Amino acid sequence: MGVTTPRVSAERAARSFDAPRSRTRRERAFHVLVLVATAISLAVLGLLLVDILQDGVARLRLDFLTSYTSRHADQTGVRAGIMGTFSLMTLVALTSFPLGVGAAIYLEEFARDNRFTRLLETNISNLAGVPSVVYGLLGLGVLVSVMGLGKSLLAGALTLTLLILPVIIVASREALRAVPREIREGGLALGATPVQVTFRQVVPAALPGMLTGTILALSRAIGETAPILVVGAALSIRTDTMPWSVGESFAALPVQIFRFVTFPQKEFQIEVTAAAIIVLMAMLLLMNSVAIVLRNRFSRDW
Amino acid sequence: MSAQVERVPGALPEAVSLHRTRPRYGERVVKALLWLCGAVSILTTVGIIAVLAVDGSAFLRNELVPIGEFFTGTEWTPTGTPGTEAFRVGVLPLVNATLLITAIAVTVAVPLGLASAIYLSDYAPRRVRRTVKPILEILAGVPTVVLGYFALTFVTPLFQDVLGTDLIGIFNVLSAGIVVGIMIVPTVASLSEDAMSAVPRALREAAYGLGAPKRTVVLRVVLPAALSGIVGAVILALGRGIGETMIVAIAAGNNPAMGVDLGEGMQAMTAYIVNVVGGEPSRGSLAYQSIFAVGGLLFVITFTLNLLAHWVVRRYRQVY
Repeated sequence: MGVTTPRVSAERAARSFDAPRSRTRRERAFHVLVLVATAISLAVLGLLLVDILQDGVARLRLDFLTSYTSRHADQTGVRAGIMGTFSLMTLVALTSFPLGVGAAIYLEEFARDNRFTRLLETNISNLAGVPSVVYGLLGLGVLVSVMGLGKSLLAGALTLTLLILPVIIVASREALRAVPREIREGGLALGATPVQVTFRQVVPAALPGMLTGTILALSRAIGETAPILVVGAALSIRTDTMPWSVGESFAALPVQIFRFVTFPQKEFQIEVTAAAIIVLMAMLLLMNSVAIVLRNRFSRDW
Repeated sequence: MSAQVERVPGALPEAVSLHRTRPRYGERVVKALLWLCGAVSILTTVGIIAVLAVDGSAFLRNELVPIGEFFTGTEWTPTGTPGTEAFRVGVLPLVNATLLITAIAVTVAVPLGLASAIYLSDYAPRRVRRTVKPILEILAGVPTVVLGYFALTFVTPLFQDVLGTDLIGIFNVLSAGIVVGIMIVPTVASLSEDAMSAVPRALREAAYGLGAPKRTVVLRVVLPAALSGIVGAVILALGRGIGETMIVAIAAGNNPAMGVDLGEGMQAMTAYIVNVVGGEPSRGSLAYQSIFAVGGLLFVITFTLNLLAHWVVRRYRQVY
């Protein structure tokens, strides 16, 4: 009978293969070097957050959230931006989720391994690397001009949808891949059609992962400024954009931030901008927390 | 089963077809719908190429815009009255600014990102790793407008205090470049770390077993083994830096310029596009077409870099 190594001492043995805690000067210097380099990135992030909070927290009053933009720094507000971003996100979620999940299901469950499929996959990974400005140009040239959508909420939402589609597809494919083969095989063995197996077994099992991926993609879309600027987000409007007013012009919080920061007056450029940034970061934090909660509550161990 | 089998004495029976006798149309419809979802991505690429080619080439085909001047001219004022001295369509200042900013960004991001990857994969205790990685993800999630604000209102005044306002202008390439670098550090770090963790433990353990100190193992065994992935990561980061819009639009300004004066504000390709759009040019006008021409150039550059990155990784990957 062989000698089996119990797991605990196997781990300890593996760990002892790590380098001894060498105290030679060069070793220590290198260790400090990489540690400091990592710390620098973290420090910059901390600096950024502290700077923004310092600059903007004074201006965070309720009327900042409920007023429209104004020439006067103490009367201006981000209401148009908040409503616009909210409406944009609703529309983007409604269009990008089905499209992205649909494409992922096709690629994972139904596509055969031929040249077209490989072309599709390369295409998606190339699209992920296209600058966001170019998506804006696509929206401007095709959606706004050729398809006649004008500088509308719908054009902006569709542009952002196309931008985050590759992200959703990749995340959804991962979620689908995590579902064990046995689930599919069991369903097929019991006589279900491939479509039935997919939509009644596989997709519900992968749904939390796909939702999490979509929410994370949406939180990326919230912060995108360049594409919606190019498509024609209004720099200052005095109405509340609703998700159903798809044909009207729209504002968005990142665009408002961009506008504020280009104002010559210091109150706008620093304080108002920072306050608007805090609002945006709060929205981001909210979305990411929802995603993390979803992931933790519904992740399954097969 | 309604399959008919003809029985010839002595021959093997024909295999019974197990296919359905009636096709399931519902299955086909669903599969077609799903295929359409996948096709959207192809349509997107076709749309991008078409729009850039059509509207961008319209700019170049315009008789007021000599192609030679576009690619070699060093002054960019396409908003001036055409036909006069004020109308110059050399795109090189925009490319110059973009490359300069990206060069600074990569100089910042590669050492920081690679060092972070090394620390996180080989030096950090497990608990530190678990806290630091999410923080890097947060850095990756900060919107670029916010980073642009940071560059303009924190980094630039900082450099102005240190180096003086006659060296560093309000808009300057240095702040923009550094902040773009900070923005791509998480990308470089996470891709490099993936490349380094793909190197099998056996290689590391063999080196430790021969008595090598940790830094030697990292620098002379792990890094060379992961090199293709790291180079791919750097090229991808380069592409991201080139395509970055808001940071350069806010912090580097709207003044096209040639040269390498880091304290000067220069307009990059992406900043130009955003600047022109703010003036709401009418469709078909020269200004409108010019942004597609610049956008087309930008797309070609980033697309080539992406292809290069994937090719490098595939061609030089060490398979263990």
